[in-house]
Amino acid sequence: MRTVLDNGLRVLLAPDRSSPVVAVAVYYDVGIRSEPEGRTGFAHLFEHLMFQGSANLEKLAHFRYVQSSGGTFNGSTHLDYTNYFEVLPSNALSRGLFLEADRMRSPRITEENLQNQIAVVKEEIRVNVLNRPYGGFPWLLLPPVLFDTFPNAHNGYGDFVDLESATVADAADFFDRYYAPANAVLTVVGDFDPDEGLALVDEHFADIPGRPRPDRPDFTESPLDSERRKSLPDPLAPVPAVAAGWRVPDPVGSFGDYLPYVVLGEVLSDGDASRLEQRLVQGDRTVTQLAAYLGLMGDPFDVRDPTAFVLQAHQAPTASADQVLDAATEEFDRLATGGLAKGELERVRARLLAQVFRDLDPMLGRTQALAGAELVHGRAELLAELPGRLADVTADQVQAAAETLRPDRRAVLEIAPGGAQ
Amino acid sequence: MTAAVETPAIADAVPTPKVVPPLGPVPRVKQPTAAERILRSGLRVVAVRRPGVPLVEVRLRVPFGAAAPSHPARSSVLANTMLAGTAEHSQVELAAELQSLGADLSVSTDSDRLIVGGAVLRTGLGSLLGLVAEVLESASYPTREVAGERSRLAERLAILRSQPSVLVGEALNGRLYGSHPYARELATPDAVQAVTAAQLRKLHADRVRPDASVLVLVGDLAPARALDTVESTLAGWTGESTGRPLPPLPPVQPQPLLLVDRPGSVQASIRLGGPAVRREAPDYPALQLANLAYGGYFSSRLVENIREDKGYTYGPHSRISHGVAGSRLVVDADVATAVAAPALLETWYELGRMATLPITAGELENVRQYAVGSLALSISTQAGLASTLSALIGVGLGLDWLREHPRRLAAVTLEETFAAARTYLAPSGMLGVVLGEAAEIRDSLATLGPIETA
Repeated sequence: MRTVLDNGLRVLLAPDRSSPVVAVAVYYDVGIRSEPEGRTGFAHLFEHLMFQGSANLEKLAHFRYVQSSGGTFNGSTHLDYTNYFEVLPSNALSRGLFLEADRMRSPRITEENLQNQIAVVKEEIRVNVLNRPYGGFPWLLLPPVLFDTFPNAHNGYGDFVDLESATVADAADFFDRYYAPANAVLTVVGDFDPDEGLALVDEHFADIPGRPRPDRPDFTESPLDSERRKSLPDPLAPVPAVAAGWRVPDPVGSFGDYLPYVVLGEVLSDGDASRLEQRLVQGDRTVTQLAAYLGLMGDPFDVRDPTAFVLQAHQAPTASADQVLDAATEEFDRLATGGLAKGELERVRARLLAQVFRDLDPMLGRTQALAGAELVHGRAELLAELPGRLADVTADQVQAAAETLRPDRRAVLEIAPGGAQ
Repeated sequence: MTAAVETPAIADAVPTPKVVPPLGPVPRVKQPTAAERILRSGLRVVAVRRPGVPLVEVRLRVPFGAAAPSHPARSSVLANTMLAGTAEHSQVELAAELQSLGADLSVSTDSDRLIVGGAVLRTGLGSLLGLVAEVLESASYPTREVAGERSRLAERLAILRSQPSVLVGEALNGRLYGSHPYARELATPDAVQAVTAAQLRKLHADRVRPDASVLVLVGDLAPARALDTVESTLAGWTGESTGRPLPPLPPVQPQPLLLVDRPGSVQASIRLGGPAVRREAPDYPALQLANLAYGGYFSSRLVENIREDKGYTYGPHSRISHGVAGSRLVVDADVATAVAAPALLETWYELGRMATLPITAGELENVRQYAVGSLALSISTQAGLASTLSALIGVGLGLDWLREHPRRLAAVTLEETFAAARTYLAPSGMLGVVLGEAAEIRDSLATLGPIETA
């Protein structure tokens, strides 16, 4: 069930009365790709600022109201969107909607809170990237090799110089421009009556003044015409690692051409019977762990163009990146020329189906999948159709997808270890 | 308010402050239907119906602790090679069979237990159990696969051991558990390289036995019928484990702060450890709430102090770690190198405040609501309920404990919370480890108290 309020806010309601829990999610159509040059990491920093108080709430109040209701919350910043969400006992639905509406109306961004959250974000980057081996591998490290333009190539966690340069005025501009109700989707899932849910949404969100929805630039890039490579030293890493990325069809506009790559990732790397596990891990023993998947943030169904098919591997100490990549290329060729084996597509489909279900079992997972599909594809229905669409992918399509994973179309990032073993 | 007539609207220049809506009546939680049976082999089986998605989550828990220093390496290689072949199937054949059922199956171990766990499409449950039975009865640990896997495992361990969180965790465990096997949970690469296939076959024969094991199934199933299926498919898995329970944990001995040098670190990783009690202890609910108020959730004193006020860290946290041999309280915070000492001081200060002054009535109500709500959320998924139940049954508790716990939390008083904080959160009873660039943090840490260097 969906509606649009007068201020342009898109609303998606999905009642599910199986347990007394509700989830509220607001997805804003702005992410890492939209942050201005000189302000890398700003979309994420701004996400933090949205938790620092709002029109009717002091700093810390948001957290306390959610948790003292028995709920949990978080937010996250992606390439194409930023989300905020709560999962609550169903008697706190009105409160959850109030909290989201209040910060959509006006977050309370002060110099003190800004400096505090710049410090917090720097520690987040240190703990997740700078103080550990393979930090940001490959999600932060591969894009600069794979893409040319600032929106697609830059570091979404942000440069410390850029983060420290951020001002309250920047935040006010960013909010004005991108956090308009018309640039957001509100999704409510769980234990509520649809009419009451709609009335509550109206009560909390309808009086937020409308602002124009910003135009979304075209971030498309021309395809790679030759191989690109980069090697980075990692003083903390004990063994070498390599990642390769290939551009893929538009995940929204060409969804039918894109889906075979989802299946291909499974054929190549899901479990001990997958092709690359058999070849690189069990056979050649050049790799100790690997993964092949769609989307730099592991987000196959809620990312827009351009995105990538990614192969990443930690090498055995004596194996070179080229040994790994050459053997992978042989496997892609074998698939492209010989096709799938008897039964291979069927068993991969069964696994994919089970994975889709497993992701959808938690109410939060279901809410995020619906909200992401509604924002990025404009159709939450996509989720219900996904099992059928995946089952419709043919062996020929998977074979054709494998054929595109050629060396001259790839971007390669190598990690050169510098750590003592 | 029940005003019959609306007040005439007054046009305000300033918008009226809005009031946060109160909570509605507390919703009733539906209890899932469950069935339980102990098979002739001694295997305890619990099946819980939780439809939602057409899957079944599977957790087979086998007690697997051992005091021998060789055990962690053997146990990790065993977990990594249990699915590497059986009397009937090769590694690849087994993996392909699992895939075709839409199943995901993996084996893991820690100091207490081995878990064969995963999920399967509802329609494939019987076949999955058949494959699990085949693995339990005839895992073959083929020499070639074992050789390959132990090398890969040694490499992965080398990678793990380059992570600051792993290094500081190991240093803390050494301090907290002394000579107890819990101090050496993570195997070393060298020990892993020395494990042979013959040792694995013996370990499997000795310890992978049903008599003290528990199988939990949660999902879209009919409990009684699921038990019948388990009984028929696992009938051939028999025998008694040679394992013996680990000794109880030694008491926590306060010691000087341990400083572990990690050249090149851009943060200081602070870990504190202290005493705690098992879930069934009378003062556990009070300790659980005191820990939440201290640093166990986002709205805690520790997070509000060193993150939201001072910006020293991204995610400080305090938790109670439960093992079969006992429970411990663990506090962690990864902070900027320059503020290692002030962050440690604040972390201790908040412990001291918990131990010397009662929390407020408001804080108690907040953590109580959070504890009840987050417990309900954590078991609202098939996977969450399966893992939680498996862990609870492994320490002698179960569904009843889960059902009753909200009532126990509801009964905790301020006095009980304060008593628990005095007993378990007192700084005098805790020990600490800091891992970081020693040259930059040693002097300022030494101003706070005695230091030992690793």
